[in-house]
Amino acid sequence: MADLPRADPWRGLALPQLPGLLTLTPHGDAARLSLRGEAASLAPLGAALGLVLPTTPCRAATSGTRAALWLGPDEWLILTPPDDPVRDTLAAAIPAGAGALVDISHRQAALTISGPAATEVLNAGCPLDLDPCVFAVGMCTRTICGKASIVLWRQAMETFHFEVGRSFAAYAAGLLSAAARLAARRAG
Amino acid sequence: MLLIPCPYCGPRPEIEFSYGGEAHLARPRDPAACDDAAWGDFLYARTNPKGIHAERWRHAHGCGRFFNALRHTVSDQFLITYRIGAPRPEIAA
Repeated sequence: MADLPRADPWRGLALPQLPGLLTLTPHGDAARLSLRGEAASLAPLGAALGLVLPTTPCRAATSGTRAALWLGPDEWLILTPPDDPVRDTLAAAIPAGAGALVDISHRQAALTISGPAATEVLNAGCPLDLDPCVFAVGMCTRTICGKASIVLWRQAMETFHFEVGRSFAAYAAGLLSAAARLAARRAG
Repeated sequence: MLLIPCPYCGPRPEIEFSYGGEAHLARPRDPAACDDAAWGDFLYARTNPKGIHAERWRHAHGCGRFFNALRHTVSDQFLITYRIGAPRPEIAA
């Protein structure tokens, strides 16, 4: 089968930018792996990834350009550059019948949302409490944004990684644009 | 918005959850051995209490796990949530 180039899901979409308040940057091409594994096999899986898989709920671990996001008690989302050979290493490290690895690179599209208005804009669609005391730096979770299921990861105090199903990219861009207009009006 | 304490993720907004019906209903091991009344009871008869109700919930837009909860059906208050497989906690109304 022909190896077709992947279309950029954010192409042609207006992403809101508010100088000094909000910056939205498409994350670009990435490899995404859905990893399911049992407690007994976490050490070899972590070794294959070169990091310790987080077992505390809603925490992310990073090592270089790789990140492992806790999504459930036996479920992680691995984010890594598209040319990373870790997929094969990781697949080989899964004990037979005790885990699963699914390549979901094409399923999702991501944005980096940053700036002092980031939490306000996200909270227009996401019901989570994004106060840093509750959703601290390094925390990640699956949640919702309007009608779309998203994965949200706080990378820094005012920087969020925002993963959404790629067919929801236009919806997410529209929702965030509307929220940004309100934020701009409020800021005067 | 109502906050529901997920046993894994902690208190989270209710729209992340989906309801899963009454908890602690065991499917008969051999449905073919049930008479119609027993099978009908399993399928349709529910306690429907006015008061504390043990029910299943799923943190669908979160960790994705099912868990059980004791909820008061009058006040809509979640008294406790606990993991699947754990026995129903004793709680006075």
